[in-house]
Amino acid sequence: MPVTIAKERWTNKVGELVLGSEPNVVKIGGEGTLPFLHFEGEMTNRPKVALEVWDMEPTDWPEILTAPYAGVLNDPVAWAKKCVEYGADLICLTLVSAHPDNKDASPEECAQTARAVAEAVDVPLIVLGCGVEEKDARVLEKVAEALAGKNCLLGLATQENYKTITAACMVHGHNIIASSPLDINLEKQLNILITEMNLAANRIVIDPSVGALGYGIEYAYSIMERTRIGALTGDKMMAMPVICLVGQEVWKTKEAKSSTEEAPEWGEQARRAVLWEVITASTFAQAGGSLFVLRHPESLKQFRIHIDKMMESNAY
Amino acid sequence: MILIGERINGMFKDIREAILNRDPEPVRYWAKRQYENCAAYLDINTGPTVDAKDQPAVMEWLVKTAQEAAPLPCCIDSTNPEAIEAGLAVHRGKAMINSTSADQWKMDIYMPMAAKYGAALIGLAMNEKGVPKSAADRAALAMEIVVNADAHGIPMEDLYIDPLVLPCNVAQEHGPEALEALRQIKMLADPAPRTTMGLSNVSQRCNNRHLLNRTFLIMSMACGLDSAIADVEDQELLDAVAAANILLNKDIYCDSFLKTFRQR
Repeated sequence: MPVTIAKERWTNKVGELVLGSEPNVVKIGGEGTLPFLHFEGEMTNRPKVALEVWDMEPTDWPEILTAPYAGVLNDPVAWAKKCVEYGADLICLTLVSAHPDNKDASPEECAQTARAVAEAVDVPLIVLGCGVEEKDARVLEKVAEALAGKNCLLGLATQENYKTITAACMVHGHNIIASSPLDINLEKQLNILITEMNLAANRIVIDPSVGALGYGIEYAYSIMERTRIGALTGDKMMAMPVICLVGQEVWKTKEAKSSTEEAPEWGEQARRAVLWEVITASTFAQAGGSLFVLRHPESLKQFRIHIDKMMESNAY
Repeated sequence: MILIGERINGMFKDIREAILNRDPEPVRYWAKRQYENCAAYLDINTGPTVDAKDQPAVMEWLVKTAQEAAPLPCCIDSTNPEAIEAGLAVHRGKAMINSTSADQWKMDIYMPMAAKYGAALIGLAMNEKGVPKSAADRAALAMEIVVNADAHGIPMEDLYIDPLVLPCNVAQEHGPEALEALRQIKMLADPAPRTTMGLSNVSQRCNNRHLLNRTFLIMSMACGLDSAIADVEDQELLDAVAAANILLNKDIYCDSFLKTFRQR
């Protein structure tokens, strides 16, 4: 008796989003299957990795994380070039200095930095604000203008500040990160609100708010899984690629920050911290992440080896 | 919920006159209108006034006219196999055949036809003896349709079993039987066959037709109904389906759920 192989047949795909300009474009999304099930559908684009660059020297990063960037941490342009050397697909510039508790840098200053970084590297740029919603709206408006036509990815847009950021993305030809606090209903609603302003759905990236391994990773995992199933079954307001801001979550955990001396029973810090970042990223790749922001260059290397293996076809 | 718009049917006066005068406007109007109202298929039926010998040509004209006006597949609805095949021959995309019964001679016509054209097929859970009274008898006939479809290589997601609903003012006891039949039909195979029904039939010659239709549709959805041939003009019906999709966890909730249901 013949055995019928059960395969899911999906009716829709994740939208494909293009960042940067030719010949250095990066494409994300476009998946027509659950992650890495090459036998059920196509994964047109492999998950892409950005390394994070700050516009001011970080004070609370552990030494094992600052070491690979020694000498460039107070120069975002040099730092970005270093990340490209390390093989980053994209640069994620985080405008930490705009935070009122830091330098409270003006939107104009931030825009200048963003422009300098964009001109120094060929890879596409992600620009994140400082996390203060009202300030980010003003900062990203200026950044969008300074980077006009460079087809960058700007965020984070929330329910509070999406209008300004969406308008800026539309006028200056960028893409937007729609961020929601681990809530799939708000995630969908924000995508709807942004598309209602007439920004095309294939210019939105979803940030579901991820947690690190051991810090609520399963919440983000299940939201991403549900998002992908929604996308594949035809929910167009869920059919956007997902960005995972892994580095910022991992490098605040005690597992990554505690030195070998402080926690000898956990093993050597360098190995442990990088593993924490790689395992967190690999988990989210399995949940449907398309774009990953990491911090350690060794994590990028190891994560990419994992992705290489996962992208080998298992179609039958 | 896969909604099949019922309006392009010669039983309606405007469509009957359109057919008689070969006037494409009413057909185009209803194709567009039902497309805007969330229909996934357009039911196309020549109606009883067209002679059997003319039905193939009329069906061909209706399908072509409807598909020119709206980017939707058709549910080709006739008791005349030649009319159905004429519609299939000119159809663009994946059509649906409406319908076969569980009579072997009918299945021997429509199963190969569905396989040949790659069309979906509606199977009525009835035979020459009529509509069974009990859920179990409906399920037994449905099983015969499932077995025949499988033998012809028609995948279960292309088979739509109709448990048959009758007007509640004359056959009230059939209501719960049809609902129970839906539950049983969904367990006949894995993956399960799909289900559909001619919804408006439940309220023929009744008062408050929209309320009866809407209520029965939602009850049926909870029992496993995947599709319905319905009056998609009824905005409250669409709202109720949108709400049921949320409550059955088929669509992801968002505050604009009534609006997103209407978007394609």
